[in-house]
Amino acid sequence: MAETRRAFLTAALAGGAGLVAGKAAAQGDPAITELQPWSRYLGDGVDARPYGKPSRYESHVVRRNVAWLTADPISSVNFTPLHELDGIITPSGLCFERHHAGIAEIDPAQHRLMINGLVERPLVFTMQDLMRFPRENRVYFMECAANSGMEWRGAQLNGCQYTHGMIHNLVYTGVSLRRVLEEAGLRPNAKWIMPEGADASAMTRSIPIEKALEDCMIAFRMNGEALRPEQGYPLRLVVPGWEGNMWIKWLRRIEVGDEPWHHREETSKYTDLLKDGKARRFTWEMDAKSVITSPSPQAPITHGTGPTVISGMAWSGRGTIPRVDVSLDGGMNWYRARMDGPSFDKSIHRFYFEFDWDGRPLLLQSRAHDSTGYVQPTKKALREIRGVESIYHQNGIQTWHVNERGEAENVEVS
Amino acid sequence: MSRYREMTRWRRNDLPRAAILRSGQSASGRASGCLVLLAAAVCGGSAMAEPMGLGREATPEEVAAWDIDVRPDGQGLPEGEGDVMTGEMIYTERCSSCHGIFGEGEGRWPILMGGSGTLDQERPVKTVGSYWPYASTVWDYIHRAMPFGDAQSLSPDEVYAVAAYVLYLNDVVDDDFVANADTYAAIELPNADGFIPDDREATELALFSGEPCMTDCKEHVEITMHAAVLDVTPDGAGMDLEGAAIAPGPAETAPEGEASAMEPAGTDDMEVAAAEPALVEQGKALFPRCRACHEVGEDAGNRVGPHLNGVLGREAASVEGFDYSPAMREMAADGLTWNADKLADFLIDPRSVVPGTRMVFPGLTPEDAKAMAAYLGALPEEG
Ligand code: HEC
Ligand code: HEC
Repeated sequence: MAETRRAFLTAALAGGAGLVAGKAAAQGDPAITELQPWSRYLGDGVDARPYGKPSRYESHVVRRNVAWLTADPISSVNFTPLHELDGIITPSGLCFERHHAGIAEIDPAQHRLMINGLVERPLVFTMQDLMRFPRENRVYFMECAANSGMEWRGAQLNGCQYTHGMIHNLVYTGVSLRRVLEEAGLRPNAKWIMPEGADASAMTRSIPIEKALEDCMIAFRMNGEALRPEQGYPLRLVVPGWEGNMWIKWLRRIEVGDEPWHHREETSKYTDLLKDGKARRFTWEMDAKSVITSPSPQAPITHGTGPTVISGMAWSGRGTIPRVDVSLDGGMNWYRARMDGPSFDKSIHRFYFEFDWDGRPLLLQSRAHDSTGYVQPTKKALREIRGVESIYHQNGIQTWHVNERGEAENVEVS
Repeated sequence: MSRYREMTRWRRNDLPRAAILRSGQSASGRASGCLVLLAAAVCGGSAMAEPMGLGREATPEEVAAWDIDVRPDGQGLPEGEGDVMTGEMIYTERCSSCHGIFGEGEGRWPILMGGSGTLDQERPVKTVGSYWPYASTVWDYIHRAMPFGDAQSLSPDEVYAVAAYVLYLNDVVDDDFVANADTYAAIELPNADGFIPDDREATELALFSGEPCMTDCKEHVEITMHAAVLDVTPDGAGMDLEGAAIAPGPAETAPEGEASAMEPAGTDDMEVAAAEPALVEQGKALFPRCRACHEVGEDAGNRVGPHLNGVLGREAASVEGFDYSPAMREMAADGLTWNADKLADFLIDPRSVVPGTRMVFPGLTPEDAKAMAAYLGALPEEG
């Protein structure tokens, strides 16, 4: 399959799709004139695929790892193949993974959630207990704070899967964290919570009580089905708009306290080192950001000149995305993209820009505007304030250079 | 027919009226109500929904078992004591295979010391000594997550000792330091004042808001950098099914464990190798990389991993009293025996030979794996 697809891409890139189509028209397209096996013979019956999988022609659409980033795939990350996706919802099996001690495989019957600390009654819940709280369904993006972090010093990775793939967008079903905390009864000096995971990294983060009571959820389903093990089965915390590391997976405990804990993931990691050697801490919100997913280095233009669709995604940890601008010339001129699909608070939004490509090189950029009026900055503007060592929260404008053959490359422009 | 009807007819009060839980409605519209209250810094008391009586009270023993967190003010530090010298022993055995003898980090494993004075430099080195603000975090993290692959296995005394040693490696404490709840909570790290709160609201939000330029925003545009120049993208990204191989990047980013680039050495070579004394020596010199988890020799017992005496020729997963992973037990049931060949393959990339194995190990180069197999083969059967 890879071969066919590669051959197709090469042919299309070399000759231009027009040629292929022209030849077919002259002799009659064999895809039409010849009887195809699937039109003649029977396919699998209903018992063959009790849990359906994508077509085998889509088997290149997978999460990928960049092996040199980390010492070991057990504490590492892989990336969502954004260039192959559209719409706003990420398929469950393609959501990027970031684990610190591998995927915990938890028997839900053995899973417990404890609430302790500054509460009236320390409580223990089984999964069944949690299912008896009123449920909520919400769509949220979840982005790793280090998404695009490899690009601080300059263009580095060729593909939006790698530059922007530490994000996914799902419908969560769960219960309000507020409701569960209220069940235990918060003491008046309750100012912070500390969720903790049940995996071998026992991940912890400090979250201010205001956020905990505002919109956090304890989720047990994603896209309607149980959470995938790699996304925290059977329970994960949902912290809308805030950096992914705080969305504790395999959630087993929430401690309530009067001060933050300053644990490893909020001191050694997830703090943003600035030029002067000081570091910002507690930078929780994800700034507005966008990226063109197609064309992009892994999704070149293969059809030659003429009608061309630019597809991209945008999101903000502070609200919705009413507007995205697109540039074809590296930011000299901008056009309003067409927003399409549902617009939810702190969710991915889809945008399109349709144009007639004349075959000249392009410098594609997109620029998100969020509902607070914030406009996605250039990388240069970010670097002026933060330097290049902050690893996290790189939300600068991305540029793809598309050459005459339609091939795209990750570049930076003046 | 009539009987059927009787069975399905209920009278008033036979069925419950929906007892709508007041709290059930708190879900919608809750946010605003509480936020308003929050502005006045109260979000308790009457704003709270009534308990639904779900869950049960946690026992003190249960809370104690899970409540392991430690805070900068010392809250959570348990009773116990440990000194730097004891810490050095524990560190050498259980930490150095990944973090290096002096905390310098083996391969790409995290480094634990040094870097002071580099935070405002070109390539800052962020370590416990140069970057971390609080010693409590060192205690908490080692206790909850280290050694990697055997979390929460250290006793409080051991954590005090090894945390003291890590701080000693960073010149934070002297070699005669004895750590306990009091002395430990008093430690101050050099970068305690190195952090500021999130100031994006002041420094960025306004600056990055407003109507941006739409036309003729720049005179001209030039490409200043290509990713292709710094090509560190995984090979065949998106166009290739295999895709697993990594394009060797510039020297500095090249993967350390390039070893795992699989070139399984031939079986015959392996068998011959087992007899070569130089190879055995080479393997022995590598054993410190296994010592965090395995013992060999007299009195060797099971640690994170099983003892390795007589492992060559042994059936996989056959050491008594060791709790192997289901994956390893399954492979053993399918007949996996550790001959030199299999052993070397396993050491090059444990998870490719036993997918799902609990042995977390970056892998040896094929050459080192051969040497290690030779060394293990030369060990006496029983220590
Ligand atoms: C098998 C390899 C391995 C062993 C053995 C090991 N560690 Fe680690 N250590 C790691 C990895 C991997 C990480 C990073 C984990 C992550 O980011 O999720 C880490 C992180 C750390 C950190 C945090 C570093 C930072 O700057 O954020 C400390 C401190 C640490 N280890 C101490 C120890 C101590 C003490 C021991 C021995 C008791 C130990 N480790 C044993 C692999 C190991
Ligand atoms: C971080 C801990 C760790 C390190 C380091 C480590 N191992 Fe292991 N090893 C294990 C564990 C755990 C198992 C059991 C695996 C399982 O059950 O899946 C194991 C299993 C094995 C086995 C199979 C034993 C049997 O009885 O079937 C061999 C052989 C082995 N290790 C050799 C080595 C060698 C040689 C090294 C050093 C080059 C090494 N290991 C480094 C943890 C480790």
